[in-house]
Amino acid sequence: MVAHKPSSVDQLVELIATASAEGTKLELRGGGSKAPIGADREAQIVDMRGFSGVVDYDPPELVLTVRAGTPLADVQKLVESQDQMLAFEPFDHGPLLGKPTGQATIGGVVAAGVAGSGRLTAGSARDHLLGFTAVSGRAERFVGGGKVVKNVTGYDLPKLVAASWGRLIAVTELTLKVLPRPRVTSTMAIEGLGHHQAQAAMAVAMGSAAEVGATAHLPAFDGRPALTLFRIQGFSPSVAARCAALPGIVGAHGRAMALPEDEAAAHWIAVRDVAPLASAATLWRINLPPTGGPRLVDRLAPLGACWLFDWAGGLVWLGFDGAPALVRLAAETEGGHAMLMRSPDGIRNSVPMQHPRAPGVAALEARVRRAFDPAGVFETGRFLDMPDAH
Amino acid sequence: MSLKMPEPDAAVLARRDDIVEALRRIVPGEGVISEEAELRPFESDGLTAYRQPPMVVVLPENVTQVSAILRWCHEQGVKVVPRGAGTSLSGGALPLADGVLLGMAKFNRVLDISYDDRIAVVQPGVTNLAITKAVEGAGFYYAPDPSSQIACTIGGNIAENSGGVHCLKYGLTTNNVLGVELVTIEGEVLRLGGRHLDPAGLDLLGVVVGSEGLLGVVTEVTVRILPKPETARAVLVGFPTVESAGQCVAEVIAAGIIPAGMEMMDRPAIHAAEAFVKVGYPLDVDALLIVELDGPAAECDYLIEEVARIASVNGAVSLRVSNDDDERLAFWAGRKAAFPAVGRIAPDYYCMDGTIPRRHLPEVLRRMALLSEQYGLGVANVFHAGDGNLHPLILYDAHKPGDIERAEDFGNDILRLCVEMGGVLTGEHGVGVEKRDLMPVMFSQADLDHQQRVKCAFDPQLLLNPGKVFPTLHRCAELGRMHVHGGALPFPDLPRF
Ligand SMILES: Cc1cc2nc3c(=O)[nH]c(=O)nc-3n(C[C@H](O)[C@H](O)[C@H](O)COP(=O)(O)OP(=O)(O)OC[C@H]3O[C@@H](n4cnc5c(N)ncnc54)[C@H](O)[C@@H]3O)c2cc1C
Repeated sequence: MVAHKPSSVDQLVELIATASAEGTKLELRGGGSKAPIGADREAQIVDMRGFSGVVDYDPPELVLTVRAGTPLADVQKLVESQDQMLAFEPFDHGPLLGKPTGQATIGGVVAAGVAGSGRLTAGSARDHLLGFTAVSGRAERFVGGGKVVKNVTGYDLPKLVAASWGRLIAVTELTLKVLPRPRVTSTMAIEGLGHHQAQAAMAVAMGSAAEVGATAHLPAFDGRPALTLFRIQGFSPSVAARCAALPGIVGAHGRAMALPEDEAAAHWIAVRDVAPLASAATLWRINLPPTGGPRLVDRLAPLGACWLFDWAGGLVWLGFDGAPALVRLAAETEGGHAMLMRSPDGIRNSVPMQHPRAPGVAALEARVRRAFDPAGVFETGRFLDMPDAH
Repeated sequence: MSLKMPEPDAAVLARRDDIVEALRRIVPGEGVISEEAELRPFESDGLTAYRQPPMVVVLPENVTQVSAILRWCHEQGVKVVPRGAGTSLSGGALPLADGVLLGMAKFNRVLDISYDDRIAVVQPGVTNLAITKAVEGAGFYYAPDPSSQIACTIGGNIAENSGGVHCLKYGLTTNNVLGVELVTIEGEVLRLGGRHLDPAGLDLLGVVVGSEGLLGVVTEVTVRILPKPETARAVLVGFPTVESAGQCVAEVIAAGIIPAGMEMMDRPAIHAAEAFVKVGYPLDVDALLIVELDGPAAECDYLIEEVARIASVNGAVSLRVSNDDDERLAFWAGRKAAFPAVGRIAPDYYCMDGTIPRRHLPEVLRRMALLSEQYGLGVANVFHAGDGNLHPLILYDAHKPGDIERAEDFGNDILRLCVEMGGVLTGEHGVGVEKRDLMPVMFSQADLDHQQRVKCAFDPQLLLNPGKVFPTLHRCAELGRMHVHGGALPFPDLPRF
């Protein structure tokens, strides 16, 4: 496989121009931690790690500009040193996909639209990407968005670019919003709830003034009872008051108790890395309205699916070796969509990774992609949604 | 006025009667307005310096009609300008002489509310405040709160990606919208997003929000609703200098505090507001800061102390902490009435909306004062201080010859200054016609072309709200061309790798 590692924008421009003229396909890659997602493809790899390093970090302005190939871990270390964070909690997908940790780059997590358990309250990559510098499929250098936290000048191209999976443009530099790190984090948990009750408890908590920042549900696993987790963060007097209030708020569903810090941290990591579903060969990530989560489980658990809830039930991780069509139908029935994250080669190479869109939306998406990449330089066939991909 | 709209198409104007007739077939009865006198109320939006009666107004009642109108206009090559409540401050809803004005006022119903999913589904003509009214009985609210919230519609908010004093903590419209139903210029009805977080595939919803009515007509909206914070408290702090107020803002954020709102006013704005609402603003200070904290009582009480401490350290000369909601609202009364208050000290005012990195605030104000002298026009400043979003209000008198032009030139210079300082032309009001011709100050031609190609993907004939946002709309066929033709490589001499 041919691989390139440009380290200047000029080289990247040249590379894309050449590919466009010659009809070769380019796969933009950061650390490659998410490369196993999607179908096999024949494309030349463009390793973006040549674009590395911090361009500008201005903690009081809450703004960070960094080159796209900078390791995520480095960025996180940097903002932590200033008591700040990337509030969308980007994380490394390595463990989920059988790859080593520490490979993810900041550009990669943004391009995959990654968000952690705090998504409900803190947003995902789309909500924190303020601007970018990039080279489009037309081999033209351009910028989108801005470098201040509040901006509506022109189209909000950063929104399109977050979660675009490298199909629009090659981003060389990103400007992200950063936020202060919470001083205190506490987690409370209810043991032993079924999935309907867990969802109801999470809904009550999210609808309350306790300002729960994240809530997830792990079904019983490996001898441990089911756990419904509630994360409360902030300044210590506030956290103490909210933790004191929560048991009353969710009391109708069970007894919420504080978890020791390290135990809680381990559970949140298990949620993030989908650890309880580690042995499932096929793993789905389903976005849906939270109340749809338990109904989806009712349909698929009897067929052998295992699962866990994040985002108060609005994100269902599902391990299911049955027919993909059943999962997609169940997600659609609940008004959501299902992404295929991990599966045996046969499935991966025949089932599109992203949930198919309605024909009108799919056609519009294709037109938007052609607007940035008219020759389809970045259409590698990975997504199995282009009739002419191969 | 100095900005030119596209030349009206004589052929379209000549067909006016047929166009009115065709629209009447789609929307019977009073939904089509064509009498000259009745078109008047639609000739302008919140940017009142620009006026242009539309060719015809149509007020559809359902998505079938919207779709039929757009399909017909598309087939006939007739331009369409969508309109909500017409409060845009950038001329986004300014009609075209040869265009149909598509008013969404009749789409005024709340369709569905789910407290368990924390969403509300509403029609686009529902006002921003009406969403909160619909859910507040259950203890919820819709967070983005533009000062125009009694009047402006959620459809307009989506088009402008509107903010408000609370968006520092809770985000702009884009962070609070989950889905829309959008009708394309071809009349196709699409659903982008839904009742869940993060759409499948490309985030088209993300680019529709803030697209100023150029990409499609929104006919249904799903927004997130939040539980109302248990309490809110505010501090009102006076500073001898803008620098010390700015330093206080920076230190509040450095202390890890993201207040629900953090607003600043300069001396002219303070005096105008106090004269108008008489709530006891200190008059001997150069900058006034209102910081609001919300959340559980324990948090507000703790943080209000912190903020007060930081303010004192930074040389606050007056400091009041609200003890109850009446007092808190009194603190806000002057700020919320700043526009009408300024309206009392000058016959007209022109509201700007640039954003800058906060640390440049003192310098920007200094240079703004110089510009004020140079143009001979006063300026009062209110800011969303937490996020560096400025609202300079330029004072002028439309009846004085040359004043409008000078106000515009002054405003343009302020916006150029914002960009020079690393900021942007608009933080929440949108580009519209107002800042259209300044876009090249911030973006190169390649940047603008990449944006316009998105427009072409949605509306290749450029029929939706033309004359807004882009200084020049290139024909889509022209823009679509690649610079690499038939295998001929640019830079043939560079080494291959
Ligand atoms: C006194 C005052 C205070 C204000 N304060 C604020 C503030 O604090 N923060 C802020 O952000 N803004 C503020 N604004 C600006 C304005 O209220 C907002 O931009 C608002 O979102 C406009 O909504 P509207 O319904 O009036 O839209 P309109 O003015 O009617 O239209 C605005 C744009 O939206 C498009 N549009 C409207 N409806 C649709 C639809 N259904 N589909 C597609 N496109 C559509 C129009 O074509 C136009 O481009 C203020 C305005 C005034 C007059």
